[in-house]
Amino acid sequence: MASTAIAEQSDKNIWEGGVSPFKASYGKLMMWFFLLSDAFTFSGLLITYGLLRYSHHAYDGKVADFVNSHEYWPIPEKVFDAVPFLHGMSIPLMFVGIMTFILILSSVTMVLAVEAGHRMDRKGVMKWMLWTIVGGFAFLGCQAWEWAHFIHGSEHGLTLANGVKIFGANLSVNEYGPQLFADLFFFITGFHGTHVLSGVVLNVIVFYQASVGTFEKRGHYEMIEKVGLYWHFVDLVWVFVFTFFYLI
Amino acid sequence: MDSTVVNEHIDHAVEDHAHEHHGNFITNYIFSTDHKIIAKQYLITGIFWAIIGGGMSMIFRLQLGFPEATMEWLRPLLGDWITSTGKLDPEFYLALVTMHGTIMVFFVLTAGLSGTFSNYLIPLQIGARDMASGFMNMLSYWFFFVSSVVMFISIFIETGPASGGWVIYPPLSALPQAISGSGLGMTLWLVSIALFIVSTLLGGINYITTIINLRTKGMSFTKLPLTIWSFFFTATIGLLSFPVLLGAALLLIFDRSFGTSFYLSEIYIAGEALPNMGGSPILFQHLFWFLGHPEVYIVIMPAFGITSEIISTNSRKPIFGYKAMIISLLGITVLSFVVWAHHMFVSGMNPFLGSIFMLLTLIIAIPSAVKVFNYLTTLWKGNIIFTPAMLFSIGLVSFFISGGLTGLFVGNSAVDIQLHDTYFIVAHFHLVMGSAAFFGMIAGVYHWFPKMFGRMMDNKLGYIHFWLSFVGIYMVFFPMHYIGIAGFPRRYYSFTNFDAFSTFVDLNAFVSIAALITFAAQFIFLFNFFYSIYRGKKAPENPWNSNTLEWTTPRNPGHGNWPGEIPTVYRWPYDYSKPGAKEDFIPQNIPFSKTPESNLPHEVKEIEKEKAVEKA
Repeated sequence: MASTAIAEQSDKNIWEGGVSPFKASYGKLMMWFFLLSDAFTFSGLLITYGLLRYSHHAYDGKVADFVNSHEYWPIPEKVFDAVPFLHGMSIPLMFVGIMTFILILSSVTMVLAVEAGHRMDRKGVMKWMLWTIVGGFAFLGCQAWEWAHFIHGSEHGLTLANGVKIFGANLSVNEYGPQLFADLFFFITGFHGTHVLSGVVLNVIVFYQASVGTFEKRGHYEMIEKVGLYWHFVDLVWVFVFTFFYLI
Repeated sequence: MDSTVVNEHIDHAVEDHAHEHHGNFITNYIFSTDHKIIAKQYLITGIFWAIIGGGMSMIFRLQLGFPEATMEWLRPLLGDWITSTGKLDPEFYLALVTMHGTIMVFFVLTAGLSGTFSNYLIPLQIGARDMASGFMNMLSYWFFFVSSVVMFISIFIETGPASGGWVIYPPLSALPQAISGSGLGMTLWLVSIALFIVSTLLGGINYITTIINLRTKGMSFTKLPLTIWSFFFTATIGLLSFPVLLGAALLLIFDRSFGTSFYLSEIYIAGEALPNMGGSPILFQHLFWFLGHPEVYIVIMPAFGITSEIISTNSRKPIFGYKAMIISLLGITVLSFVVWAHHMFVSGMNPFLGSIFMLLTLIIAIPSAVKVFNYLTTLWKGNIIFTPAMLFSIGLVSFFISGGLTGLFVGNSAVDIQLHDTYFIVAHFHLVMGSAAFFGMIAGVYHWFPKMFGRMMDNKLGYIHFWLSFVGIYMVFFPMHYIGIAGFPRRYYSFTNFDAFSTFVDLNAFVSIAALITFAAQFIFLFNFFYSIYRGKKAPENPWNSNTLEWTTPRNPGHGNWPGEIPTVYRWPYDYSKPGAKEDFIPQNIPFSKTPESNLPHEVKEIEKEKAVEKA
């Protein structure tokens, strides 16, 4: 009884000044607000995707008969169906599924690093941060392959009305469908990839700091938490990017 | 465990600031992390930009008012922008209106207003030693500085600065071959604005976090001065809307430089078909105005906050409807995100969608009217002291009313068909957000100058400055309503080519003369400002008998703001002319236990809580 009364009392006082109401340091709050702001950037870009996607025709034939054309928006599973070392086989969305799995797994290892930080376990933090970094690099490597494959194109290419054959895609050529499909793909996954890259850089920095004992001297591993917030955000955004580009 | 770690962390940060710093000139005045110095840096940079932005408007007002006159005498300044016949180059005219808009909206009324007063007042009024992160605050200013340098350079390049209007609609802005200003000038514009967005985000994140985390003991949100509330909402709007502009600008950069077609579709230029297919220029308008509309509230809300504070202090009355003021600010904040398409009524959008945006737009009249009525009822029967700051605050209310009323016209999707992109719009927004926010900024400078520089500004010069500006601004923008209703479009270089508009020659000349007088009047302010920094009368600690915490600091607050402990706050900031009190103001740091003669029945209970607050 007495303890509840005290709890209520202190709950009332948290907004009365002199304390930080969310029991969070300014750094952590700032990271939250930055992520909120970044979420709006990505939302703007994904809304752009949606708007341009629906100003193009959709393919309305049978999925099995689908061929690339500039006339309609492509079906993603027909575009992204390649897996390294399995040349010529059509395995829709397998590779990007692996990528997504790797990134989500790296979020799990990040959680474990934060948890180790709470226990002031330097070895644990280093181990799990290292796995997170490995996951980040693996994702970036996969994305590089995905991009390379997308840029390189298929063997048969696309024959235009004037007889010219085009292969692959860049910002002004696209064999898979309307030009904007490639433009948006490169821009949005590129923008996300840049975020992942800066996340990996941050991870490497805090890994280094943890290993030389900076946080132990400081008395807390809060920096891991802040970088962790960013990393989870980047993962979360990927879920949306993945949904927009590969599933619908 | 977790919370103690965090609290120690915060306490430590506070103590860090508490002991005196003695740096050299560079760390004290240039790369300073002190919020007061950063605020002054923002102010001085803002003033610099205001002179340039205002000067540009003088040049194009000359062209509009006196289309026949020769501009040959401007050749030493403008060089080849004066044609061989002694006329202003038409493309340069477009560059002038573009840069005037960009400079005034972003560099003067966003950075100069929000940057100055948020930085200066947030720590002082909530009782903090400094911003949450002084380093990020410094970065914020220097990003703004670099952004300014880039924009400044763009004015001097051979092809001229960006000239597609401050809204930079593609395809005009996306195609370098469209107009000379869409070349390098546009690229520099985009680079500058991208840097500006970074600066705004660094600043805004800092403001919000500081207000949440660093309030002094007893300073609950319901005891915050309205200035702080307005800065809080302003920073929130900036945090959520600027990133969308960043996205839009990045897409535009790709369209311009890397051959994508996000905003481009089926375009012929100079008889040649471009390869771009499938993009949408309307998309840019949506993305742009998702920032662009909240941006006008980023501009006006800090001015509202400043005005609330000044009007209450100088009416010697509590602000009328403190909570209503906060709720109306919140209402404006929320609504600002759902009205952007009223800038696009004539872009070919679905009329049904237009009527939805019209409804949402007109709803903003409610919180706006609440604010206006509360200002008026605060003034009602007050012991009004007409300081220059007070005059400018009342001027703001006047402009906001006259400009706001025309907002009801242009917010109407049917009426807007006639008024869109005419001088009616120019008149509307220059009154409601341009001049009003400018007056808020000037009022703030007059009011907080004694704390900023420890000296007083001259009142007489202040009065002259006020009356010339106030009358001048009405003389400039009131006639523009008529020109606009007659259908004369904005951004046109020459109107004498159209017979229909030749009857407006005298009105336009009148507007131009009024504009010149108004602009000249600002130099009175500049003289007053710079002269008073060095030679003004020494200011007392609390010259306006004001209640907020910044007036409890020494005359020249040092690093860390309060030499001793930070004062504790016991009451709201608007205890003016309280019945029974000895004086007509009771500062926020005076406990109720010291003022038994004026306590209201419910405040007697507050005395018991005082001990708990002090301990917290």
